[in-house]
Amino acid sequence: MKWAVVVFPGSNCDEDAAQAVRETTGDTVDLVWHDATDLSQYDAIILPGGFSYGDYLRSGAIARFSPAVEAVRREVAEGKLVLGICNGFQVLTESHLLPGALLRNNHLQFRCEMVELIVDNNTSPFTRAYQLGERIQIPIAHGEGRFHADPETVADLRNEGRIAFRYAHSPNGSVADIAGILGQGGNVLGLMPHPERAIFDWMGSVDGRRLFQSMHQYVEEGLAHARANA
Amino acid sequence: MKTFDVEVRVWLKPSVFDPQGHAVEQALHTLGFDGAQNVRIGKYMHLTVTGDTEEEARKSVEQMCERVLSNPVMETYAYELKETVV
Repeated sequence: MKWAVVVFPGSNCDEDAAQAVRETTGDTVDLVWHDATDLSQYDAIILPGGFSYGDYLRSGAIARFSPAVEAVRREVAEGKLVLGICNGFQVLTESHLLPGALLRNNHLQFRCEMVELIVDNNTSPFTRAYQLGERIQIPIAHGEGRFHADPETVADLRNEGRIAFRYAHSPNGSVADIAGILGQGGNVLGLMPHPERAIFDWMGSVDGRRLFQSMHQYVEEGLAHARANA
Repeated sequence: MKTFDVEVRVWLKPSVFDPQGHAVEQALHTLGFDGAQNVRIGKYMHLTVTGDTEEEARKSVEQMCERVLSNPVMETYAYELKETVV
């Protein structure tokens, strides 16, 4: 399978994300500039962390209008996998590809530390390699990660099994301790923690590996199925 | 074609916790301004727009506010618009 990592002016986790995919899946990854208008050749797309467009106006607010995000919107409709990490999650909420919004942390501090997450859904294409309720260690690095949505939206997310990860101890005041959520079709995941920073022992955790491997497995099974039916 | 001067204010909805406003409120209390309450911090934007009529200009500003200048999920906005006199 083939992956794309979209690079915006101000992205700074793009190389890390690409490296994580290569190291954990052995797949091909292209770094794609934000002016790309067609991403149809890719099976999975990552919107990486960073400060796209300097986080001007609001995090992710300007990136939302880039051609690549329009292309991402089309691929989401096609059922392709889209993973937004940190700033990528903010871009996805600003683009309405995911509900809610990410606000300043409730204590106003930028937090850069390892946190414990609880896997709340292990049936999605992103989380199938985890155990339900499993506690995993993934680092965060954000100042604006407080997930906010109205109570009805949060209830929908909960009832539809679209809360992928929750914080064991919320570092930012997110509603319902939400760390990552799935889109309506289950093929979009946005999360504030950085799985690409937890793929080697020397990083302090390897719990991020299975996220990329889940996606790889899911896509490869689909491709194999398509080949068998061809 | 007329030109209008526009002032837009954007701030967090009342239902959303504003940690900046909260921190500033604490600072005001520390300074002895005990009566200061419900501090909310927002953004101020200034721009000019052109349009044939004021109504048209207002419509365009409202679209800007809804689509770009504010995020209706968490924010609310208000604006003032005046024709500029050349």
